[in-house]
Amino acid sequence: MNIELRQPDVGQKTRLKVIDVDIHPKSAMEDLQPYLAKRWWDHYKTFGARTRQGFLKGFPYPKSQPFASRRDSWPPGGGLPASDLNFMKQQYLDLYPIEYAIMNPLSPTGQGDQNDEFSAAMAVAANEFQLDGWHERDGRLLASVVVPYEDGEASRAEIRRRAGDKRFAHVLLKSRTNELLGKRRYWPIYEAAVEAGLPVGIHVFGTSGRPASNTGWPSFYIEDMTEHASCCQAQVVSLILEGVFERYPDLKIVMVEAGFAWMPPLGWRMDKHWKTLKSEVPHLKRAPSEYLREHFWVSTQPMEEAEEPDHLMETMTWVGFDHIMFASDYPHWDFDDPLLALPPALDQERRSKVLSENARALYRLD
Amino acid sequence: MAGHVVASVDEIPPGTRKLVDVNGRAIVVFNLSGDFFALNNRCPHRGGSLCDGIQTGLVESKVPGEYCYSRPGEMVKCPWHGWEFDIRTGKSWCDPARLRVRQYPVSVKSGTELVEGPHVAETFPVRVENNYVVVEA
Repeated sequence: MNIELRQPDVGQKTRLKVIDVDIHPKSAMEDLQPYLAKRWWDHYKTFGARTRQGFLKGFPYPKSQPFASRRDSWPPGGGLPASDLNFMKQQYLDLYPIEYAIMNPLSPTGQGDQNDEFSAAMAVAANEFQLDGWHERDGRLLASVVVPYEDGEASRAEIRRRAGDKRFAHVLLKSRTNELLGKRRYWPIYEAAVEAGLPVGIHVFGTSGRPASNTGWPSFYIEDMTEHASCCQAQVVSLILEGVFERYPDLKIVMVEAGFAWMPPLGWRMDKHWKTLKSEVPHLKRAPSEYLREHFWVSTQPMEEAEEPDHLMETMTWVGFDHIMFASDYPHWDFDDPLLALPPALDQERRSKVLSENARALYRLD
Repeated sequence: MAGHVVASVDEIPPGTRKLVDVNGRAIVVFNLSGDFFALNNRCPHRGGSLCDGIQTGLVESKVPGEYCYSRPGEMVKCPWHGWEFDIRTGKSWCDPARLRVRQYPVSVKSGTELVEGPHVAETFPVRVENNYVVVEA
């Protein structure tokens, strides 16, 4: 009488194609060990990972579900969610019509570690394992260039190491960096990304020592989640107003898991102040909102849910239907189902842009 | 609606639940301290499978700093986005007026009653000495 739920043919019944710009296959430190010099493995065994936050183990806030994951995503054979390729295929990659899925590894990656050299060594290992442990076993899984972003030069070196390798989709940063991302110390990342022809993805979270809010550490996980919008607004403002896009006109930024309903009013606000204060930032040649619309792409999950569905559509129109890309966030608890998540009001053309065509164009996937 | 024998009472002890198939519909049957409730297994929010969720209690607060935990095990929390539903009513905790899981009537019948009919138990061996859970769907 016990039954199997949702046979893996759901995707084949539709002609839709999906390119998912945010999934989180899980690796363990032991997976990365073969790619770490003995010196760094010993360092890890001796000192551990030292992120710049108050909790060396676990998260600053309790996640909604264990490991922030769907409760049905724990592989039957054991291990953490999304650590078992076969189960991930059964539950996600083969269940839906997934053409490509971009891996954004969150941990262990060494990003935000206090030891810059360990962070750089970990980035190399995390990138190698994305190739050997995932991409080579399922070519739909595309890698991110994990960079030790607090060290601009080390990041540049890692991007150059991966330049020209089509298995990498974008450079991966997290949003809570130690300083605002428009500051010069991060410019080598943008320069190398443009040289390599890679967009830069900024995934929310990060342990570089900054609290979730701009005014200190909030109390609740719901604030941690909500404040991604304010953090990302500060990063967007910094990137635009510091002149990053005047210096690197080919730079493309993807805001991953940050929502996007905050974008239109942010553009309006920057433009209003720019009209009276532009002599302070004479390196800007255009209204700030123009850089925002031209250089930024957004991912869908988790989309804001407007009370009036029209309001969400208007917001998406402002952001631009060419700049919105589907993300599932598999296996995390706030996973979006590719067949159910987008607003019903989206017509076929726009739906197909968001589900696959915008990502295909941005990441040059043929 | 017809009555479907989905389990013997022993199969779903208090505090547990069982996923059953009734004419192609996935229905999850809960036993709350001897009372049986049947909910559609599909979360009305985004389609998560409720039988994979945890059962939790009701947390309420009249004012910040005062918390009341009651009805342990009587809420089911969707394994995906964590929407919580009252197992006794099917209503969601966050938006009870608009979002609810479909609930099906359940009863417990003795094997003797079932053998006499009219309930259908083609695929289920019924013994007169046992009690059975019957879902109307």
